[in-house]
Formats: sequence, structure tokens, C-alpha cells
Amino acid sequence: MERMASHYRKSGGRWLGSGILRGMGVTLKNWIGSYFDPSRLVTVCYPGERLPLPENSRSFPFLIYDGDDPEAGLRCVACRICEKECPPECIHIENERDENGKPRKRPAVFDIDISVCMSCQICVEVCPFDAIEMDQIYAISTNARFEPLRLHKEQLLKPNEYFRELSPTRSAAADARREAERAKQAKKKEAGKKG
Amino acid sequence: MNVVLFIIAALILVGALATVCVRNLVYCALSLAATFAALGMLYLALGAEFIGWVQILVYVGAVAVLIVFVILLTAPDRMRSVGPLFSRSRILGVGVSLGVFGTIAYAVHKSGSLKGSLSMPAETDMQSIGEELLSSYLVPLEATGVLLTVALIGAVLFAREEPVEGSEESQESKD
Amino acid sequence: MWLVIIQLKIGIILTFFSLLFAVASLAERKILARIQNRRGPNRVGPCGLFQPIADGIKMLIKEDVVPRKADRALHFLAPIVMVAPMVLLFGILPYGGGLTLVDLEVGLLFFFAVSSVSELAVFMAGWSSANKYSVFGAMRAIAQMVSYEVPLVLVAITPVMVAGSLSLVHMVEDQAGYAIGVIPNWFVLTPWGIVGFLLLFVTSLAEANRTPFDLPEGESELVAGHLTEYSGFKYALFFMGEYFGIFAGSGLAVALFLGGGGAPLPLLQWIPPYLWFFVKLVVLVGIVIWVRASLPRMRIDQLMDLCWKGLVPLAFVNLIAAAIWHYSGGGWQGWILAGGLLVGAYLMLNRVVLRSRCSWERKYYLAKS
Ligand code: SF4
Ligand code: SF4
Repeated sequence: MERMASHYRKSGGRWLGSGILRGMGVTLKNWIGSYFDPSRLVTVCYPGERLPLPENSRSFPFLIYDGDDPEAGLRCVACRICEKECPPECIHIENERDENGKPRKRPAVFDIDISVCMSCQICVEVCPFDAIEMDQIYAISTNARFEPLRLHKEQLLKPNEYFRELSPTRSAAADARREAERAKQAKKKEAGKKG
Repeated sequence: MNVVLFIIAALILVGALATVCVRNLVYCALSLAATFAALGMLYLALGAEFIGWVQILVYVGAVAVLIVFVILLTAPDRMRSVGPLFSRSRILGVGVSLGVFGTIAYAVHKSGSLKGSLSMPAETDMQSIGEELLSSYLVPLEATGVLLTVALIGAVLFAREEPVEGSEESQESKD
Repeated sequence: MWLVIIQLKIGIILTFFSLLFAVASLAERKILARIQNRRGPNRVGPCGLFQPIADGIKMLIKEDVVPRKADRALHFLAPIVMVAPMVLLFGILPYGGGLTLVDLEVGLLFFFAVSSVSELAVFMAGWSSANKYSVFGAMRAIAQMVSYEVPLVLVAITPVMVAGSLSLVHMVEDQAGYAIGVIPNWFVLTPWGIVGFLLLFVTSLAEANRTPFDLPEGESELVAGHLTEYSGFKYALFFMGEYFGIFAGSGLAVALFLGGGGAPLPLLQWIPPYLWFFVKLVVLVGIVIWVRASLPRMRIDQLMDLCWKGLVPLAFVNLIAAAIWHYSGGGWQGWILAGGLLVGAYLMLNRVVLRSRCSWERKYYLAKS
């Protein structure tokens, strides 16, 4: 900055038209340089190439499952905290029920209407089971207004590995939390057995 | 050649008639421009290259554009139609135009150009026009220049009148 | 036979300029992109080379929208009145080497007379659209073109004075030959010539409504000026008219100052003159694009100030310098006298402009409270 100012004082600003010439020089350098130094081109050919997103970018929530089987590894226990906390009320959960109609601790229906979701991440914050996390999907336009934008459980479920790739930091923290929780549970069980 | 002249004359007449008869100010202005252009063509067809192109440059390129510009500036809402075809002072108008026509006709008749006695210079090239302008017609040329400059300065004065301190106008604007 | 040759020439010239239009519209986007660190169109064909074809097809099949309140006749006529004179201008450019179409004795006059018709086209477009942005854009464009015609003509007169003819062909002949065997006798290599060339370049940029003088089409305030209500093929015609205007202006600059079809070195004279002419023209068009990428748009009061307080006085001084040069017979006396005069004028302008910033500031004559 300092150098630029002194440069300006030395070479330009005193002669009419020198600013124009300097500007043209800058653009000329840019133009020729762009053919020799590809790193000058800051844009990418979008749909083919995409720039990596920053780790903390987020768009819409998704559900995490462990292991290979989405249904078996489902972390969500349908406690419905997120449903209650979601400010625009775009989460819809229905519990699975057994034959007596008693609710099970699993969601039968888990819908997020992403046309309403405002990406506030509150559902992620409140979930006690690290079952819901923020995704980074974009370019998800559809050809209808309602149904395609209402994501169902099947579309929302993604493996933990995906989350690890998406956000190493946050997934590591979540994994550590879950590990600690499991250890505590195991201890309790042991204590219970003993006692 | 004659056919071309007649076509051009017809164009001029149609353009001139349209200029006064059409009830749309913009069309009037554009017909006027077309008339000017046709006049330029007439000069060109008669072999007067220089005056022909000057006619187009000055009249189509400058006068018509100025007229159009004035229309844009002054009468944006009245552009679509101007009053009735025949104004109240039509008798006077007819009288004036008859007078002008008579004068010109008399002058042309007297000058003898109709009898073909005027000797046309074999070739009117740029060189001779320039020499004539800067020798025998130097004073009229300069006078025209001065006149135009005065007109220009006057226009600038009108357009850029700044309220003088303490004058009525600035008083008004302060109130 | 004569007719066939004429038609052949017309064909060659029109083909060249139409091709140049296609190439220039692509090159403009490519170069602009590169200068702004982008890639530019690269989807159609290899490296996006077929983009002009795609653009053309798009323009042709697009819906031709005419506003309901528009004046249909004028709305239709305006693009034609825009392009036709520009095409006529190509007829008198002195390509040399037998490709010159007509050698009018009053060539320069013809050039200005015909190109001034495009102002009427702008007005027709602006008014017939029945859109206030269009009307404003047209008003700006006409004011700008009328103003810049003054310095343009004043500058174009200087070579006329020195060459003693209005014919462009004659002017190119006057610039033939080489001083000391290597330096071409182009007018641009004289003190008044270089100033005249720069002035001519700037004013023809303004005449063609190109950046940095493109405020009749200033998107931010006027949508697209007089082109707002145009779409499809009519818009393409306007676009073509603008480009043809640039080509014709560049051609005029080449003929007046850059020696027409003359080769820059005696060694290169085996290349036919029209090729040289086209090369110079293309280079000038490239510079126009380069300028567009570099300079920001001016404000309307700056535009008028530049014209009336900068270019017109400079053009007058240049006229005097050319006269001095002519009567001192060129050579070193000419360089000292004419060059000194021009440098003095530049220094004075420099002083005036840079010392008193106020001349470039906006004055509110009416809004003063
Ligand atoms: S996602 Fe979390 S908060 Fe929401 S219902 Fe499932 S377990 Fe409860
Ligand atoms: S991110 Fe916010 S709005 Fe979207 S589902 Fe979660 S809580 Fe609701």
C-alpha cells in the first residue's frame, strides 16, 4: 500500500492522462499474464469443476446413521426436540409404533421442508444424540414447489463417513462425545451389575 | 437522368407535404429530415457533390437532429398529436407563402437560368470551391462565422444563467 | 465485367466486416474475461470459438417484443436506419491495392454526412419505444454525439489541410513513402499527427457510444438506454451497427493518420496494402476493447466538460500546429515549432485541470437552495 502510494506520487497524479495509461498497463498485464499463469484465473468452469466449500459452510440438515444399514444405524431416537425447537417449524416427525400402538424410539416419518428451513442450525444444536447435522448441498433446484423440496427420511439419511468428510472437526468432536457417552453408559452398566 | 430527377422531386414534395400535414410532431420532424436528405440527393444528381453532402451533413445530421432534440426536451406529452390541420391564421399563412413563392419565382425567372443561358462550369471541384470561398466570398464567410459565434454565445448565456447574488432570482429561491 | 468486379469487391468487403463483427464480439468477451481474471465463453466449440454462431442463432429465434404503446413503424425502422449508413461507410474506406470501392472527391465529407444519420436512428429507437429510459438514453446519446462531432470534425480537418484534399485515397497517397528509407511518412509520426490520432480515437469512441463514453446505455441508471425495448434480431442489428461504427471509425483513423494500406517498413511492402489496412484496423479494434476493459464510465457532466473544455480547444491548437508544420515544411523546425506548441498546450491543460479541481466537479445550477 505504502509502495503504491509513493509510486503514485512519483509517476502519476501529476500528469494528465498518466492515470489512464497506468490503468491500461494493469489490464494489459492481467490479460497477457492470464495466458501464462493459469493461477491468475480465479474462476472455475462451474458445473464441471467446483471450488471446495469452507468447512463451516452449511445449507440444510441431514440425518446421520452409523454403519452400513441406514435403518439399523439410525441415531435419531425420535425425541422430537428438534421438531419443537425449529423456529419455522419445518421438521415433521412421527414415531414408529409397535402393534399395540405404543411409540417406539425411532422415527417412522422424518421430513424436513427445505423450502421453509432457514439453515439456522438450531436443530443440530439441540439434538442430544448428534443425530442431525448440517449438510453442504447446493444447486438443488427442482421443477415443483412443494413435494420435491420436502426431504424424507430416506433422502436425509447419510452415513457418518460422509459427515467425516464434510467436516472433520465437527465430526471428530461429535465422535468423541459419543465415545465418552458410550464409555459412561458402559461404566454405569458395570456399576449396576456390581450393585 | 430525368427520371431520377422526377423521383427525387416527388420525394421532396411528399416529404414537405408530410412535414406540414402529418399530425404527429415526431413524424413531422422525421419527414423534414427525409426532405432534407432528398434535397441533398437532388444536388448530388445535379453533379454538385460538395453541396450535396454538405446538405446532408448540416441539415440531416445537425438541423434535423437539433429539431428532434428540442422535441424530446420540450414536448414529451404533446408529441403524439399537434392541433388541427388548418390553423386559424391560415389566410395569413397562405398569403405569406404565396408572397415568398412569388418572389422566388420572379427571381428565378429574371435570372435567366430557365433559358439555359447560365454557363455551368465544366467541373466544380473542391479546389475551386475552396478558392472562391476564401477569395471572392471571404467577407460573407467571415461574417457568417461571426454571426454563428454570436448566436452560440447567446445560447450559452441563456442556458447557463446563474442567479447573481442579491438579484431577484436568488431572492426568490431563498424564500 | 466492371459490374462483376465491383460486386466482387463489395462481397469481399462485406464478408470481411461481417466476419470481423463475429470475431470481435467473441474477442471482446474473451479479452474482457481474461483481463478480469475470468475465462470467457468456452462452451460452444473448441475454446468457445463457435460462440458467435450460437449468439446469432439465439438472436434470430428470440421473440421480437414490441411494447404495446410503441410506435411500430419507427420501432421497426430504427435498427435499419442505424445499420445502413454504417455499411455505406465501408464503401469509401481506402483499402488500397485495387480493393478501394469508390474514391469520392469529398470522401471525408461523405463519411461525416452519412455517419451523422445514425443519430436520427438513436432518436427513433428511443422515442418509438415509449419508455422513459429509452427517451433519456436517446437524449443522452444524441447530446453526446452532437457534441463530439465538433472535435471529431476539427481533428479530421488537420490531415485534410496538410494533404490538400478531402479524398481519403489521396490522403493515403500523401502518406506513402519513407523518410530516411525506413520511417514511414504516416501522419501519426508527426507532432500534430500523434495528437490528432489520439483525439480522433477518443472522439470516435464517444461517437460510437463505447466505454468510457457509453453512458447512454448506462445499465445502472438507464437499463439499456435506447436499446431497452429491443430484443431479438432488432437488438442484434443495433449491436451490429455499433460495431460497424467502431470499424468505420477505426478505418477512418487508419486512413487519416496511420497511412492507410502502407507497410510500416519498406521490407514488408510485398504484403498487399489492403491486408495492411485490415491489420491496422483490427489492431485499433483490439485497442477499443482494451480501453473498454480498463476505463470506468464517465458522468454526463464530465463527458461534456471533456468535450468542450478539453478536446475542442486541443483540436483547435492542433489545427494551428498542423498549419505551422505545413508551412515550416516539416523537418526539425516543424518538430520544434509544432511540437512545442502542442507540448505547451498539454502543460497548460495539465495545470488547469490538476490545479483547479473545481472544473471537474459537478455544479448544481438549479438545485441551489
Ligand atoms: S434428530 Fe435428534 S433431536 Fe431430532 S428427534 Fe432425532 S434424536 Fe431427537
Ligand atoms: S436448520 Fe433451523 S430451520 Fe432448518 S430444520 Fe434445523 S432448526 Fe429448523
